[in-house]
Amino acid sequence: MPPNKQTFSGFALLRRAFGGHLGWEKQWRTPEPKAAYDTVIVGAGGHGLATAYYLAKEHGLRNIAVLEKGWLGGGNTGRNTTIIRSNYLFDESAALYDHAVKLWEGLSQDLNYNVMFSQRGVLMLAHTVHDIQVFKRHVHANRLNGIDNEWLTPEETQEFCPPISLDPGMRYPVLGAALQRRGGTARHDAVAWGYARAADALGVDIIQNCEVTGIRRDAKGAVEGVETTRGTIRTRKLGVVAAGHTSTLMAMAGVRMPLESYPLQALVSEPIKPIFPCVVMSNTIHAYISQSDKGELVIGAGTDAYVSYTQRGGLHITTHTLDAICELFPMFRRMKMLRNWGGIVDVTPDRSPILAKTPVPGLYVNCGWGTGGFKATPGSGHLFAWTMAKDEPHKINAPFTIERFRDGYLIDEAAAAAVAH
Amino acid sequence: MLLIPCPYCGPRPESEFSYGGEAHIARPADPSALDDAAWAEFLYLRRNPKGPHAERWRHTHGCARFFNAVRDTRTDKILATYRTGEPKPETSK
Repeated sequence: MPPNKQTFSGFALLRRAFGGHLGWEKQWRTPEPKAAYDTVIVGAGGHGLATAYYLAKEHGLRNIAVLEKGWLGGGNTGRNTTIIRSNYLFDESAALYDHAVKLWEGLSQDLNYNVMFSQRGVLMLAHTVHDIQVFKRHVHANRLNGIDNEWLTPEETQEFCPPISLDPGMRYPVLGAALQRRGGTARHDAVAWGYARAADALGVDIIQNCEVTGIRRDAKGAVEGVETTRGTIRTRKLGVVAAGHTSTLMAMAGVRMPLESYPLQALVSEPIKPIFPCVVMSNTIHAYISQSDKGELVIGAGTDAYVSYTQRGGLHITTHTLDAICELFPMFRRMKMLRNWGGIVDVTPDRSPILAKTPVPGLYVNCGWGTGGFKATPGSGHLFAWTMAKDEPHKINAPFTIERFRDGYLIDEAAAAAVAH
Repeated sequence: MLLIPCPYCGPRPESEFSYGGEAHIARPADPSALDDAAWAEFLYLRRNPKGPHAERWRHTHGCARFFNAVRDTRTDKILATYRTGEPKPETSK
């Protein structure tokens, strides 16, 4: 099968326009699974597709398959609120997430596909004295790590984001904000499609509707293949990038994971004219909001209290978030919400991801991104590809092992992340 | 919102309860005998099953007592609730 060379240049658009837009080719193939691959990735979300892309592009691997039980980008990649930032407190996390932001900055060019990465700025609101102290600490920690983050007074906050109410009578008044100007949003579907198209062009087989039902190991315990709903596929290198279903898959190889899966909800409003210039997050009252280029307000809610795989979540979680949004932005009080949904996020005890080798030879795992994985998509794929290709972690993801829970080297962003957990 | 049958008070809305995580994880009888791997297992490793899950709940805004529930994580349907100390009941899937 020849690699996909279709481009989206002005000339190509014009030529297809004269043909009534009937001449577009499919952006990726729909191959039948082969009996064996050198490398198999489980999960065709953003992280899995990015892994396959960088394995092919940067490490010269060929003969790669990405297996997906549903459709590509149909899990958390298509269910998040598309926020991108890297203002994490600890050195390990800051390096990890800023690696991703640097890749985001060149991603549309690299993939030759517009992922609509928009560095419109991420504001984190402070509502209490404690918030102010914590965010100023973040600003200083970020500065020492070479990551942009600055403190804004309430007036500067409103100047940057005019819809914000500075009404002192609010239950949680805005006392200032931390602003990361390099943060922003990207179009989540385009990220999955761009990586899928670019990986496919490098010969990666993306096999959808193919659920992994078992992991085969040889007499020495090493991975020798996977059982799927479309037959057995042999491989010596298996990367699990399955978000909420990671512990289910890893159990097939006899590996217990420090993970719990929770529904995380998001919702969008009816589309309106451009009114909201940036991303606003508030951890104290747990709300985050931005406006998509389509005009919808994209609103993130919290997780349910309990472990679940339902992709739904309780309605009281979303109403709680909408209460907060309406208090912060009274002008949104009469808007209608169009859709809400849930995604299943895999949460580690320290709220930091696991990007590592496992005790099983040939088995690698990229999981535990919890409630904030989308922002890391390019960096996660890039570092996981390195780890799988070289059979050793890159220095950025070296701290993010499974063994850190045994050895006590937790990366405890639980108390330090942007959103209260 | 779930409707949770408290074994002491009967069915009540989820907002009256707090979730307490996986049930039947016993604190080690001889903590000093454990090595790091065993501690990690006790503290951090969880079953996280896709299916029936035995878990602790506390009726915080009711009788304030802890109890256990078996809930199917695929549907959120509560299959059984029972008092702390009682064995996990058999539930048909």
